Amino acid sequence: MFRDAALMVGKDLRIEWRSRVTTQQIAPFALLVILLFGMALDPDRGILARASAGLFWVAVLFCSLLAIQRAFTIEAADGGRDALRLSGLDPAGVFLGKAAAIAVQLVALEVVLAVGVVVIYGAEVTGFPLLIATCLAATAGLAAAGTLYGVLAAGLRVRETLLPILLLPVLAPVLIGATRSFEAALGGVASDGWPWCGLLVAFALLYLTFGTLAFGTLLEES
Amino acid sequence: MTVLGRFPALAGIDLEVAAGEIVVLRGPNGAGKTTLLRLCAGLLPVARGEAAVLGHDLTNGRQRRDLRSRVGLLGHATGLYDELTVTDNVRFWGRAAGAPAADIDAALTACGLDGRLADLSVARLSAGQRRRTSLACLLSRRPELWLLDEPHAGLDQEGRDLLDGLVRLAVASGATVLLASHELERAEALADRLVTIVGGTTDTSTPPAAPAGSTEEPVLVP
Repeated sequence: MFRDAALMVGKDLRIEWRSRVTTQQIAPFALLVILLFGMALDPDRGILARASAGLFWVAVLFCSLLAIQRAFTIEAADGGRDALRLSGLDPAGVFLGKAAAIAVQLVALEVVLAVGVVVIYGAEVTGFPLLIATCLAATAGLAAAGTLYGVLAAGLRVRETLLPILLLPVLAPVLIGATRSFEAALGGVASDGWPWCGLLVAFALLYLTFGTLAFGTLLEES
Repeated sequence: MTVLGRFPALAGIDLEVAAGEIVVLRGPNGAGKTTLLRLCAGLLPVARGEAAVLGHDLTNGRQRRDLRSRVGLLGHATGLYDELTVTDNVRFWGRAAGAPAADIDAALTACGLDGRLADLSVARLSAGQRRRTSLACLLSRRPELWLLDEPHAGLDQEGRDLLDGLVRLAVASGATVLLASHELERAEALADRLVTIVGGTTDTSTPPAAPAGSTEEPVLVP
């Protein structure tokens, strides 16, 4: 399973490295979202700094939708799903590999967004370990749930529009937990954020486990 | 019989293929040749009737999935990733099937892809070169049953001769081949037996020639 996951993550990241969709399209989109929130809300830096945690995670959520769509678009082209089913790869390994590739791209985007939030919104980091732990746990949850719902929508003609409708309500706990945890890490009391971080870890473990078990069936039916 | 959408398909197929045999399927468009090949690859469920390939009962979902790593399907879709190079694609699908590096390199060489084409991205290839890359992916897996759907389509004369040579070589080393083709002259030269399919039914008006002489267990019994 882990050999297949490593093969899959290597392949997906190599495709991303060659196509540069994350760096040349999704990352600029993420920065634009941060910039537009800044212009729309208020030039008053006080409000922006207080709202920065929520705005950061809303931007991450939008970017994760694009990254997940992209991850399954490359499999949909030219009979990729049939080839995957015939490949002999363990479906659990395919799930973990695709989730890991999405997670790597999201972490890179979060770094860019974090710099944007600090520079544009004037947010102040007070709990660095909590910030990192929140990013890792939330990213794992986003990638795992996204991969699961991504394959669910992959076989449908209307997948581009259906995926956000299916996925955004499922990701609401991540948005809430990550925002609360980030609020504690950005100018708040760090100890208030750790229970929310725990919620994010539980969410990630739940979807990683469920995805590992269910991905094969969903790939079969997609 | 299988079901495509709401429609029954292959309702009247009665076919037995011996190990080491090359059977060519012919018939008009929509006759069910591609569906039969996909069924034999374990990609479609059997809704009614009996079907077994390489000893795997196709009415059983688990056995159908287990079969897939033992067959190679060269279909209309190539399953290749446009962003990756020829070598990357063949390595990925070869490694996915657990093929050693030597077999993967040998497949690239056998398909004439070890020169300047090796480092080209698949997006820049012609249809015939994509076909060769797809053939190299199949060859690297060393399948026991080759399922070829219009394999000569898009290939130039050299490519067609290469394909026929590889098919004969595979059969000589113990593989069995089921091939659907409209190019009757070339297919007949390759075939041990011709089977005509019309409207999802094997046409009994085509008397099969004697099989290639194998006395082993039947490979395919739909």
